[in-house]
Amino acid sequence: MAEPLLELRDLQKSFGGLRVTDGVSLDVVPGEIHAVIGPNGAGKTTLINEITGRLLLDAGRVIFGGEDVTHLSMAARARRGLARSFQITSILPGFSVLENAALAVQARHGSSFRFCRPVAGEAALNGPALAALEAVGLGTRAALPAGSLSHGEKRQLELAIALATEPRLLLLDEPLAGAGPEETTRLIEILLRLKQQYAILLIEHDMQAVFALADRVSVLVYGRLIATGTVAEIRADAAVRAAYLGEDELA
Amino acid sequence: MRRDLPAIAFLLLLAMAPFIGFGEGHQLTLLARSMIFGIGAVSLALLVGGAGLASLGHAAMLGFGAYAVVVLDDAGITSMAIVLPVAMLAAAGFALLTGVIAIRTSGVHFIMITLAFGQMAYFTAASLSAYGGDDGYTLYGRTEVFGTRLLENRLAFHYVCLGALTFTWGLCRLLLASRFGRVLRAARENELRVQAVGFSPYPYRLVAYVIAGALGGLAGVLLANSAEFIAPSYLSWQRSGELLFMVILGGLGGLHGAMIGALVFMGLEEWLPHLLGEHWRLVFGPLLILSVLFLRGGLVGLPASLRGIGRG
Repeated sequence: MAEPLLELRDLQKSFGGLRVTDGVSLDVVPGEIHAVIGPNGAGKTTLINEITGRLLLDAGRVIFGGEDVTHLSMAARARRGLARSFQITSILPGFSVLENAALAVQARHGSSFRFCRPVAGEAALNGPALAALEAVGLGTRAALPAGSLSHGEKRQLELAIALATEPRLLLLDEPLAGAGPEETTRLIEILLRLKQQYAILLIEHDMQAVFALADRVSVLVYGRLIATGTVAEIRADAAVRAAYLGEDELA
Repeated sequence: MRRDLPAIAFLLLLAMAPFIGFGEGHQLTLLARSMIFGIGAVSLALLVGGAGLASLGHAAMLGFGAYAVVVLDDAGITSMAIVLPVAMLAAAGFALLTGVIAIRTSGVHFIMITLAFGQMAYFTAASLSAYGGDDGYTLYGRTEVFGTRLLENRLAFHYVCLGALTFTWGLCRLLLASRFGRVLRAARENELRVQAVGFSPYPYRLVAYVIAGALGGLAGVLLANSAEFIAPSYLSWQRSGELLFMVILGGLGGLHGAMIGALVFMGLEEWLPHLLGEHWRLVFGPLLILSVLFLRGGLVGLPASLRGIGRG
């Protein structure tokens, strides 16, 4: 197996007496989608927050691209190529769709301590930003205020912003959350395309989507990983069935 | 460019004001003070509207500028070429020192900590007995420009203030439209998003705070020259509150809101006592409250609100 891009080693985190992350170790290798599934409250979003640095760990290490990033800030990790989308849409509603993506490009292209030149017309930023929008099918929406997009489009914009940071790894926190059936189909197509280019750690509730997209699946229950394996292995795992998957999900 | 039209129109009106019925001495004095507080308000609007930092200690920046004039005057230095850079650097330095701590906080904590730093400056100024302490310091001559007493001329002073206001507005406008300004504006809208794409907002906010401080220092130099008298009360938190009020009254929809807010505020403060006598504050206070309640976009948002009513 290739050298892992992301390695989590024995992550530990408690909120008071509640252990939300309990000895989680997993890795993501280049070119794969590694999905993390689990019931509500299993600590999936917490896990993403620990990887991106939004939450500090009690113990354990996060190794990204061979570098220990455990003590780096969220911004520093993002600059190294760790990009995330948020489960609850987190965009800049007052900015145009293009500007949302251009801000992300700006984080990777030169200094932002530039005070004179109007940024709105900078082709070096707008070009890659537009490319990221087109990659998720939002090219025609570039000029609109981001706040005016539909829910599904905002989910797409989340993805575009993550892409515009030129990531090495995408951490996607329920990219399908709240999307209707048509939007879901479109978003799955987009994710399949992204899979060609990026390693992805995917958190998702939609089992059909997970089984269609993931190379490997890890199952998180009450902060503990109870199984990691291919889709077929996870479907067949008795402990997973008992803990989480209903029979009809597997039918 | 179209967005700048209201600001340019406002500045042009100020340029014509002495020739369209506002040329008398006390009117020019009032306009000059309005423009000076306009500089303070625009620099504060860079923080409030641009960076989302509602400072309640901005008057201290003006105070540093004004007291730089006083200290240098006392030492016999009255040349603008020295006074202005020293004043702006002093205010910027104070902004840097206090900003390093204040900007680590946000929301109510930021308001309280800037208030505390502002009051520290106020009490420090009041204890400077060499410069009059509580009683203040009278300037016997205005700062000299290239060895001339240009600022003594009311009309010349009017245009110097207008030039400084135009410069301040132009600079803040440029900053907000730049890469730097985009990071500031984005961090105001959604700090988490900005961090997630790889920016730490802190250094950007600190630089904005220091620039606003330096511009406050510029306003302070003009304020000292306009009044020819400086007292610690210029640094008090009430002054900071007034500046913040000018910004909100004018509206955060654009930097020109702060200029207009300053003019309207100063105008009301001047005319209400004439109209209503000694109890004018009984009307002034409620007027301010009503304007916050009903002018959500401030004065510059008024046309849009009226159109909305017309349609609705």
